[in-house]
Amino acid sequence: MLHTKTRDAVIFQIGLAILLTIILLAILIPFWRVIVTAFIPLDIYTREGIPFFLSPTKWTIEAFKQLLGHSLFPRAIWNSVIITLLGTAISLFLTVPLAYGLSTRNLPGRKLIMTLILFTYLFSPGLIPVYLLITGMKLTNNYLAIILPPAVSVYNTLVMMSFFEGLPEELKDAARIDGANELQVLWHIILPLSKPILLTIGLFYAVFFWNEFFTPILYLNETNLMPLPVLLRNILISASFNEYVEYDAFSSSSLESLKAAGVLITMIPMIMIYPWIQRYFTKGTLVGGVKE
Amino acid sequence: MILKTLAKEFPSLTRLTLNLNINQMRKSIWRQRWLYFLMAPTLIYFLIFKYGPLWNAQIAFKDFKPLLGVLGSPWVGFKHFETFINSFYFTELLTNTIIFSVAKLILGLPIAVICAIALHETWFLRYRTFVQTMIYLPHFLSWVIMYGVLLVILSPGNGLLNAIIERFGGEPIAFLTSPDYFRWVVILSDIWKETGWATILYLAALLAISPDLYEAAAVDGATPLQRIWYISLPGILPVIVLVTLLRLGHILEAGFNQIFVLYSVPVYSVGDILDTWVFRQGILQFQFGLATAVGFFKGVIGLVLILVANRIAKRLAQQSIY
Repeated sequence: MLHTKTRDAVIFQIGLAILLTIILLAILIPFWRVIVTAFIPLDIYTREGIPFFLSPTKWTIEAFKQLLGHSLFPRAIWNSVIITLLGTAISLFLTVPLAYGLSTRNLPGRKLIMTLILFTYLFSPGLIPVYLLITGMKLTNNYLAIILPPAVSVYNTLVMMSFFEGLPEELKDAARIDGANELQVLWHIILPLSKPILLTIGLFYAVFFWNEFFTPILYLNETNLMPLPVLLRNILISASFNEYVEYDAFSSSSLESLKAAGVLITMIPMIMIYPWIQRYFTKGTLVGGVKE
Repeated sequence: MILKTLAKEFPSLTRLTLNLNINQMRKSIWRQRWLYFLMAPTLIYFLIFKYGPLWNAQIAFKDFKPLLGVLGSPWVGFKHFETFINSFYFTELLTNTIIFSVAKLILGLPIAVICAIALHETWFLRYRTFVQTMIYLPHFLSWVIMYGVLLVILSPGNGLLNAIIERFGGEPIAFLTSPDYFRWVVILSDIWKETGWATILYLAALLAISPDLYEAAAVDGATPLQRIWYISLPGILPVIVLVTLLRLGHILEAGFNQIFVLYSVPVYSVGDILDTWVFRQGILQFQFGLATAVGFFKGVIGLVLILVANRIAKRLAQQSIY
């Protein structure tokens, strides 16, 4: 774009910068408040409440120590890691072959399979029929109850399919002429070329499973199976607070600090993988996938 | 070609041609046997976990008794649907659901478009990347985390907003449990969380506008606002229309996870949506048949709306969503 620096244009740019800063602050201030609340020492909190700025020399990690000191918290982190890793692995294992099969245009029955899959995307009978299926299969208190029903996302499958369609057909043909079967073509030719899409879709599945809290509430009744978001929810709802955190009159952190620290602990893995997610969605992988 | 000519000359050979076609079909299925083998686990998965629930959905028309099972329970026709439509909560649930999804759309869309245009227009590219990175972030956080953030902002004791209200001499407000404010909390927190992510689409559309148009405008001495009004906005209009249609197709999806986390008994009358009601009625009250009927009702309306939206979009933008 041409940058003609007239007076109007400069004023406009200043206005834009102010607007962007307001938008940025609207996102950052709530997070900042959570951080200050989590790190505030108890004596300052009781004396003056929560200040907007807190000198970094006064920050304390008491709240984090107190939370992680209860055996439930490390346990919940571990449970979430298991659900996320297992869920992502199963999801990819089921999504990749379907996407690859559908990307083969001359596959007999492709249209039928496509229609049947799209129908499940467009029509959902709601929660209860799935609940009856899962309880009927005796999957309560089993992580598979959380992982299997949402394991294949039709949307993700279509995105992956259009990526596979974009790969040069000659590569597959060359391998087939050399006598490779489809399994070998997929494993040796397609997958090594598909790392970006596998990583993107894998990350999206991982984010989904890490964040999942409703189905664990629905299907897991045992406290030691509870994943992190469910534990966090129980901590945030003050009524049930004492069952999950050591908290009494001698507590070295305030209720608010403990809650905020719980929020931050649940956020950390997301913040850590975020740069990777971001690398791929800025490339337009997903926007390009909207069109089939 | 030769076969066709032969078939014309000797009608008795037609059967042979047909056989050959079937054989060809068989051959090509056989050639792809590995592919079917690969896809088999996923297809079986779909049969069990996507079509299994569809089979179970028949209890929407049955008086479901867990002991009798899905198949053994007696049929009752449209009884559950009638109960639902004639009940007082029908209007309440539908109103809440539609208010939430329409308000999120109408208020969220202009903000997303303004954000996208501001990001697109700015000269400070590094700052732009930084702002983009930050505003996409909330999309990846769960509603439980958002609930924690909202508590820090809105709680009557130490919430930031209430601290400000008190500083200016006002009374603290229990935003999350007050029927007067709860809807705004739902709508605005959703906009806070999702608007950044929504800008991606508009930004992509803005980047797709030909730079020639902007250069021509610059030559003609257009002001920045004229440039936005006459080039940028018309350029992304198709995307805006497409997104609006798609969102209207999902009008009955008001955000179950969000409301499930945020709502509580005092705000049921203004916060309860179809999905949360189905959960309470079905799972907590064991009214499986009635709850399934409501879910089924929602599914059918959703399907029709999506197909209509897709058809209109196709006609308008010559572009298919699916």
